[in-house]
Amino acid sequence: MSKRLTCDVVVVGAGMAGAACALYATRAGLDVTVVDRGPVAGGTTGAGEGNILVSDKEPGPELDLALLSGRLWAELGAEFGKSVEYEAKGGVVVATSPSGLTALERFADGQRAAGVTAQPVAPDALYDLEPHLAPGLPGAVHYPQDSQVMPALAAAHLLKASGARLRTGRTVTDILRTPGGAVRGVRTDGGDLHAPAVVNAAGTWGAALAALAGVDLPVLPRRGFVLVTEPLPRMVHHKVYAADYVADVASDSAALQTSPVVEGTAAGPVLIGASRERVGFDRSFSLPAVRALAAGATRLFPFLERVRAMRAYLGFRPYMPDHLPAIGPDPRVPGLHHACGHEGAGIGLATGTGQLIAQALTEKAPDLDLTPFRPDRFGGQDV
Amino acid sequence: MTERPHLAVIGAGPAGLAATVAAAARGVRVTLIDSAAEAGGQFYRQPAAALRARRPQALHHQWRTWERLRDALAGQVESGRVMHLTDHHAWLVERQSGRFTVHALLGPEQEEPAVVHADATVLATGGYEKVLPFPGWTLPGVVTAGGAQAMLKGALAVSGPTAVVAGTGPLLLPVATGLAAAGVKVAALVESADPRDFVRRTRALAAQPGKVGEGARYAARLLRHRVRTLVRHTVVEAHGTGRIEAVTVAALDGAGRVRPGTERRIPCDTLAVGHGMLPHTDLAETLGCRLDGPGVDVDGDQRTDVPGVWAAGETTGIGGAALALAEGHIAGCSAAARLNGAAPDPHAWAAAAKSRNGLREFFAALDPVYAPPAHWAEQVTDDTVVCRCEEVTGGAIREAVADLGAGDLRTVKLLTRAGMGWCQGRVCGPAVAGLAGCGETPGRRPFARPVPLGVLARAGEPKPSDAAQ
Repeated sequence: MSKRLTCDVVVVGAGMAGAACALYATRAGLDVTVVDRGPVAGGTTGAGEGNILVSDKEPGPELDLALLSGRLWAELGAEFGKSVEYEAKGGVVVATSPSGLTALERFADGQRAAGVTAQPVAPDALYDLEPHLAPGLPGAVHYPQDSQVMPALAAAHLLKASGARLRTGRTVTDILRTPGGAVRGVRTDGGDLHAPAVVNAAGTWGAALAALAGVDLPVLPRRGFVLVTEPLPRMVHHKVYAADYVADVASDSAALQTSPVVEGTAAGPVLIGASRERVGFDRSFSLPAVRALAAGATRLFPFLERVRAMRAYLGFRPYMPDHLPAIGPDPRVPGLHHACGHEGAGIGLATGTGQLIAQALTEKAPDLDLTPFRPDRFGGQDV
Repeated sequence: MTERPHLAVIGAGPAGLAATVAAAARGVRVTLIDSAAEAGGQFYRQPAAALRARRPQALHHQWRTWERLRDALAGQVESGRVMHLTDHHAWLVERQSGRFTVHALLGPEQEEPAVVHADATVLATGGYEKVLPFPGWTLPGVVTAGGAQAMLKGALAVSGPTAVVAGTGPLLLPVATGLAAAGVKVAALVESADPRDFVRRTRALAAQPGKVGEGARYAARLLRHRVRTLVRHTVVEAHGTGRIEAVTVAALDGAGRVRPGTERRIPCDTLAVGHGMLPHTDLAETLGCRLDGPGVDVDGDQRTDVPGVWAAGETTGIGGAALALAEGHIAGCSAAARLNGAAPDPHAWAAAAKSRNGLREFFAALDPVYAPPAHWAEQVTDDTVVCRCEEVTGGAIREAVADLGAGDLRTVKLLTRAGMGWCQGRVCGPAVAGLAGCGETPGRRPFARPVPLGVLARAGEPKPSDAAQ
């Protein structure tokens, strides 16, 4: 059965980025259809922790996007309340050595200059913030802007609130183009969807979608495991991680690196994540990765030694060579927009991304300069 | 240390015992790892020694098979060829460079780790009971059919003076007759399957005269104990304040819907309910073994598609103790041959293979007969708790599907938390899938049981790069 459908925008991907694009686009007055080959939040969104972080970002375009996104998340948090488990809990980045503390404080100075609230925490005050941290830590920085959301719930509720048509279980098999090369919709295994604009919010699979439009977009998978414990009364109050996490995020190493973010959740379990490995789309379980998460978490919070891990899950972050997402119109294909490649920060950066995409679609001035996020910045050839 | 190859068998039920005994008899060193205090598994569950049961065999059939296995195991343990690790709860089997590490927790506390290294492994992890929800199913006094049987076999205990046994599947018969023999008044045996469907499958039945006889013996026992059997009936609701006082049962129409006006109330203080069994596949899945339907996929040698990993018994598909014994025997023979550097000779286990193939055919014919009523989910009200660990109701699951775009088990779980709790969806998975109208997908549970983070942090040999951090 082939059904024709016409709308203003087709968003490909029903994860967090697609949901945010749909929400801000419909609120800008556009008629939106969201299509996904799987269910809502079936990809990386459903495997994420829900980090909305400024603390792990150095000054630059990603931090600017994070600050914009954080403000938008706070608005959505007020609007959607408990249904998306939004919690402005703040982050605590802990130094594990005196030299680490010096480096962390220097890092925080730079962030502060860029508009981040970053408060140095002396050792005695640290245990007021997180009473169950390992003893003897030299200090920390508190980031009140760091927040948390339950990603799958957020994607589902934003999609629902957007009023966009949702077509799940439909695979996009082609991007339809006019003779002049401009986008005129997508072909799916359940019929064509016609629209003058298509948003690539396919996350880790964004490269394959871009290839359908004949352009190169270097999005690659970076595997991460998350550990989930049995439910506990709230023992960890913030997003807590060791300072070496910051170095890992910016790392180009393909080897496993782990510096777990530890946090309690509204539902009770403690989440510990995440590892980072470049192993393609390999879904096999890795004891070394999960063991390293457990070791890192128990070093930070010794009480976790006796707490049971209930499960572990894995996901594939969409990373790009310069660790910045691709956001905005693709000059190579008129009508094609990208909103993917956020690596491990896609939940947090989704709101800003959605807002910027909506502004681009309606030809309004963007809140941020899109130049650093240009999809064609890698100079890849048309494929 | 001996140079003999080493096989780790996980599970000491019929399949694991048969594999252990067969492999040990062929010169392989075996470590048998099991969570219980004594061998036997669920099927040959033994009364605790302290209860001094005079005739434990009264609760079992195939007692002589059990005695033979038990004595063979004892002999192999005595000779030092088999090490039987009781109270070891395996949570992960790791495969590295073709060798295996079984990670276990010592029971009953399950806080201290134990590790077994082996050259090959037989997964004989058995199955667990499937129970579908209905209003009132969380009331005290509602137990699983297998749970009622386990209490009977292990503790020689019964749960109340009047019981109803309900659901579907071959397990209901021994449970009803076992309870009746123990002096419980079984007010009704409520089976949703239709006996006429058996007749249509006479070919597979005729090939298993033993099974037909077994069924006839149960029927005679039900008659002797005056157990009323209601076929094509289902439990609609369990009633009670504080604990179960009665159940409402009703007849089913040809489409598997409750026939209005046929409801009747039966007072009882125990409801033993079960809807069949599901294979335990967590260890196999984490090893990367391919599944075939709900069970582990195996070849004629009981080998999985992962080199060095065999699987036998309920973990490969539900088929009862006799099938588990045959599969375990074959797995043990095949694993022993390969570990001894020989090509396995299927003629060596031809009798077991014949028995296995016939029983598989029999259970394949039985499986569609003992299916829960097609429209069981209609009985689940919006306020019925479906996932007990996370207290997720039928209404919440329906809302996730209708309003939030969930169309598969994983998304329903993400949006409702159904299946995220202590049992990790083992209990509620089939129910959630039924309510959501989607297929049952593998659970992807990397840990076969919860593991303390301190144990996990030290599991296996850390890489130098980990130590450096």
